[in-house]
Amino acid sequence: MHTEITITVNGFPVVVPNTATVAVAVALAGQACRNSVTGRPRSALCGMGICYECRVTINAKPHCRSCQILAEPGMDVRTDE
Amino acid sequence: MNRKLKQPFDVVVIGGGPAGLAAAVRSAECGVGVAIVDDNRALGGQIWREDSERTHTKEAEDWRRRAARAGVTALFGTRVFQTPEPGVLFAESADGFCQLGYKTLVLATGARERFLPFPGWTLPNVMGAGGLQALVKSGLPIRAKRVVVAGSGPLLVAVAAYLRKHGAEMPVICEQASWPSLARFAARLIRVPPKIVQGLELGRQIGGVRFLANSWPLAAHGDHRLESVTISHAGKPEQIRCDYLACGFHLVPNVELASLLGCELQDGCVRVDDSQQTSVAGVLCAGEPTGIGGVELSLVEGEIAGLVAAGRPSEAKTLFRRREQYRNFARLLNRTFALREELRHLSSPETIVCRCEDVSHSCLADQRSWRAAKLHTRCGMGPCQGRVCGPAAQFLFQWTPDSVRPPVFPARIDTLANLAQSFEPANSAVLGGRS
Repeated sequence: MHTEITITVNGFPVVVPNTATVAVAVALAGQACRNSVTGRPRSALCGMGICYECRVTINAKPHCRSCQILAEPGMDVRTDE
Repeated sequence: MNRKLKQPFDVVVIGGGPAGLAAAVRSAECGVGVAIVDDNRALGGQIWREDSERTHTKEAEDWRRRAARAGVTALFGTRVFQTPEPGVLFAESADGFCQLGYKTLVLATGARERFLPFPGWTLPNVMGAGGLQALVKSGLPIRAKRVVVAGSGPLLVAVAAYLRKHGAEMPVICEQASWPSLARFAARLIRVPPKIVQGLELGRQIGGVRFLANSWPLAAHGDHRLESVTISHAGKPEQIRCDYLACGFHLVPNVELASLLGCELQDGCVRVDDSQQTSVAGVLCAGEPTGIGGVELSLVEGEIAGLVAAGRPSEAKTLFRRREQYRNFARLLNRTFALREELRHLSSPETIVCRCEDVSHSCLADQRSWRAAKLHTRCGMGPCQGRVCGPAAQFLFQWTPDSVRPPVFPARIDTLANLAQSFEPANSAVLGGRS
C-alpha cells in the first residue's frame, strides 16, 4: 500500500499518494500548470514528457516537467513561471 | 554533477518499451554488456506503464525479470540529447550531464500521439488519450468524471476500457475512421490470434458505451478549463458536457534521434533492412520508429535487433516469419486509421497550432514551408521542438519536416557547461586547432 504525502502548490498544501506525479498534485490543487506566452492557462497534454505543457517550478528549479517527476514530501511547486 | 561512464557498453538501447526491452534482453542473454537509457522511471515504455497499484501484464513482468537476470544496466530519468560522434552519446538526467559509449546502438524510441488542432484544444483537461491514461496511472482520480474519448486508432478503445475500469463515466467514444474501414479491420483481426483475444476483451470492457465511427471533435469549450465538447456525428454537431476530453489521432514515430544520427527516413519512418540495421553502420532500430505496428511487432523487431547487435544474425533469422505476420497487421492498421480530409479544416483562423509559441493557424496559412514557418512565426521553435505541432502542420499544410539539430531535447545550461569541460572528442586535434 502507498502512503500519503503533503506537498505545496503555490503555497497551499495538497495531499497525494507517494506514487503520484507532480502533475497530479497540480491538477488536484485546481491549478493550471503554466501560462502560455500569450497568457493562457495550460496543463498536461501528452503525459509522457514530450509536449512540455506541464512544466512548473519545483523547489525554485524552473521548467520541470511535472508529469515525469514524482511528488516528494515538502516539495514546493509553483505554477506561475 | 557530472557523470562519465568510462567503460563503453557493447550495446546501448535507447528506450525501455517493448522493443527496447526485447533488444536489451536478447543481447544481454548472449553475454554482451547492455545498457538501456530511458526518460521514464521504470522499464516498459508507455504501453506497459505501471499504475499506482503496480498492476501490469504478465508479459511485461516476464521481460522485466529477464532484463534483471541478464544483468542489463538501466539508466532511468535519462535523455540523450546529442550524438557528437559515432560511439558517443550525451545525455541529461536529474543528476546532470552523462556521457555514454557504445559499440552498437539500438534505437527503440517509440511513438507519440498525433495531436490535431481544433478550437479550444489548448484548454486544460483536453489531453491526449494516452496522455490522460498516463496521468490516471500516476494517481489522477478519474472515478465519476465524465470523459469523452475522441480521435483515431486502437489506442482510443484501450484507453476507454482502462478509464471505465477505474470508474470514469463515458458519454461517447468518437472514431474518425469509417464503419466499412473498421469492419474490414475487425474481419482481418481473426488472422492475428493475440489481436482477436485483445479485441474481444476490450469490447467487453467498453460494453454499453456509445461508440461512433465517422465522428470527430469540432470544438472544446470552457473558460479556464474544459466544460464541454462539440463533436461531429453523421455530419451534425452535438455538444456534450464533460470533465476531460481524451483525444489523439493515432501515433507518430519518434525519429528525432535517428535523424540526428543521419539515419535515412522513408515516409517519416526509419528505414531498416532485414536485420533492423539502419543506413548508418552500427545503428539498429526497432519498434514504432520503423513504422507504427503495435506491441507484438515491436517485440519481435526488438528481439531481432538484440540478436543482431550481439552478433547472432542466424538466430535472428528464425524470427523473420513472425515479424512479417505482424508487419501485415501494421499495414492494415495504418490503412484503417488514415486521417480523413475533413480533419484538415477543424481550425479557425485564431486556433493555436504551435502551443509552445502560441502561433495561430492564420499566421501559418501564408507560409510556404516548415522552415519558412519556423523562421517567420517561431512555430516549432519552443521547448517541444515541434514534436506536437510538427506532425500537425505536416498534415494540415503538407509541409515536409526539416533536419533536426542538437540538442534534440532542451538541456540545462549547467549540463552543457559540464559537457564542454569534460568531453574529449576523438578528433580533438581538429577542434583544438580552432580554439
